[in-house]
Amino acid sequence: MNSIQKNRLKDQAFKYWGICCTCMGLALLIIFIGDILIDGIQRIDWGFITSLPSRKPEKSGIYTALMGSIWILFFTTIIAFPIGVAAGIYLEEYGKKNKLAGILEINISNLAGVPSIIYGLLGLEVFVRIMNLGASVLAGSLTLSLLILPIVIVATRESIKAVPSSIKDASYALGASKWQTIWYQILPASSGGILTGVILALSRAVGETAPLIVVGALAYVPFAPESPMDEFSVLPIQIFNWISRPQHGFIENAAAAIIILLFITFMMNGIAVYFRNKWQSKWK
Amino acid sequence: MEISMEKPIDEVIVLDNIIDLSLKKTPKIAVSNVKVWYDDFQAIKGIDMEIKPNTVTAFIGPSGCGKSTFLRLFNRMNDYVDSFKMEGKIKIDSKNIYKKKINVEELRKEVGMVFQKPNPFPKSIFENVAYGLKIQGIKDKKFIKERVESSLKQVALWNEVKDNLNKSGLALSGGQQQRLCIARTLAVEPSIILMDEPTSALDPISTAKIEELIFELKKKYTIVIVTHNMQQASRISDYTAFFYLGALIEFDKTKTIFTNPSKEQTENYITGRFG
Ligand SMILES: Nc1ncnc2c1ncn2[C@@H]1O[C@H](COP(=O)(O)OP(=O)(O)OP(=O)(O)O)[C@@H](O)[C@H]1O
Ligand SMILES: [Mg+2]
Repeated sequence: MNSIQKNRLKDQAFKYWGICCTCMGLALLIIFIGDILIDGIQRIDWGFITSLPSRKPEKSGIYTALMGSIWILFFTTIIAFPIGVAAGIYLEEYGKKNKLAGILEINISNLAGVPSIIYGLLGLEVFVRIMNLGASVLAGSLTLSLLILPIVIVATRESIKAVPSSIKDASYALGASKWQTIWYQILPASSGGILTGVILALSRAVGETAPLIVVGALAYVPFAPESPMDEFSVLPIQIFNWISRPQHGFIENAAAAIIILLFITFMMNGIAVYFRNKWQSKWK
Repeated sequence: MEISMEKPIDEVIVLDNIIDLSLKKTPKIAVSNVKVWYDDFQAIKGIDMEIKPNTVTAFIGPSGCGKSTFLRLFNRMNDYVDSFKMEGKIKIDSKNIYKKKINVEELRKEVGMVFQKPNPFPKSIFENVAYGLKIQGIKDKKFIKERVESSLKQVALWNEVKDNLNKSGLALSGGQQQRLCIARTLAVEPSIILMDEPTSALDPISTAKIEELIFELKKKYTIVIVTHNMQQASRISDYTAFFYLGALIEFDKTKTIFTNPSKEQTENYITGRFG
């Protein structure tokens, strides 16, 4: 057997190994989703979505948790989006490229990998206790904002970096200031990538449980929040709570809530993919 | 000179007078003892040069000799390179453009630039040409429309795009894109246009169109063009500067450079005998 044949064999082996791994992952996902669907799908109806939590599983609904998730999502967006994008722009366009910037860059990337419960502890100390916000929607949103800021910053920087420098050159050469160049050229050209990053980060935030439990999001909140200072629950915490109950009815509820949570995440990821494709096609 | 052999004496005197007169005109760009470094590497080694208004000056020389670096000094585009350092004086219309007080944005409205690779914005043709006016805060729609039209007419692109002004600039052909980029520069009404190998990415027909255009533009603008194409330099320029390893070896009327260069290096380069 000569070396070309050997390489080809290796190639083939690697290809099948890859297909194998992919199928395994997919199969697990399908089994998981199938199982959840079987358990939960018949439980989903309008009543389930609009009912408050109750001690009886058949009467329980996800209304408070769903509203809590929406409130949290809303405030996390309006906190993390402007700060993260501004920080990304600053680091990419204004920050000097020196050693300090290098250290900062590595640290931001590292922050994206810190376990989320650590952010919960930070939120508990800073927002709940020092800033005295209590276990409120605002405290939860601030905590989740901290959690996703690194992701938003990194996504912003990557999208800005992807804008061809020839576009910037052209803008500067016509007499545009730095801010005009950022506002009229760089941001429009990178908005698809930035939005993709932000949505993916938010879809991670919707699924987060640990940091919110630490901050004090209660499992049993009788009413949906009506202001940022109200207490709240969110879908994953509701699910967690139901799963730990002994009655079979609650397991069904949990499965149904999981389906809704998955639906929300898939939707968000779908929107993100849509933006990314639209953005990529612009440069071809 | 060759001319004196063919022409009667008095005509030669008149011709010389005209050249003398143009020499006395204040230079559009005056460079004195300019040196440039990228970190420790010296890219420009002390250059003096005077460029007269309403002329075309060609920069020639082997790759890496510093033509682009030198050209980009005139609109301060090197400022964005972190390792860039410079010494010396460059005066445009008798004003030192590297003084602290200089407003770089104002300078770039006076000194336009066309790049090697056509680089239209990923926006409509209209927006591409109107961009320079928009960033100056001009809001008068009628004025902008007229300026867009006149700029596109100057580059002979108007007839090709007048029905599609909302089409993306990226949807044009390479040659059309480059003319769009020139129109975008003209719309700001600079007095100097810098061109860094503007035709090196284009086919012969588009190249010919741009050369024709440069010939037209000379009436209103001072043009400095970097080119690797010797025929192009001799066709379109009045003056030619030959650079080698960061130094200005020879700078003279194009005719002299191409028929009777005073330095051997220049001759070797333009005849293609360069080692
Ligand atoms: N941003 C930069 N950082 C460091 N060195 C640079 C930079 N730009 C140019 N140089 C160096 O300066 C020298 C001159 O470069 P320049 O681009 O001016 O050459 P050029 O004459 O335009 O070449 P070409 O004909 O290939 O375009 C080269 O040796 C190049 O490596
Ligand atoms: Mg060059």
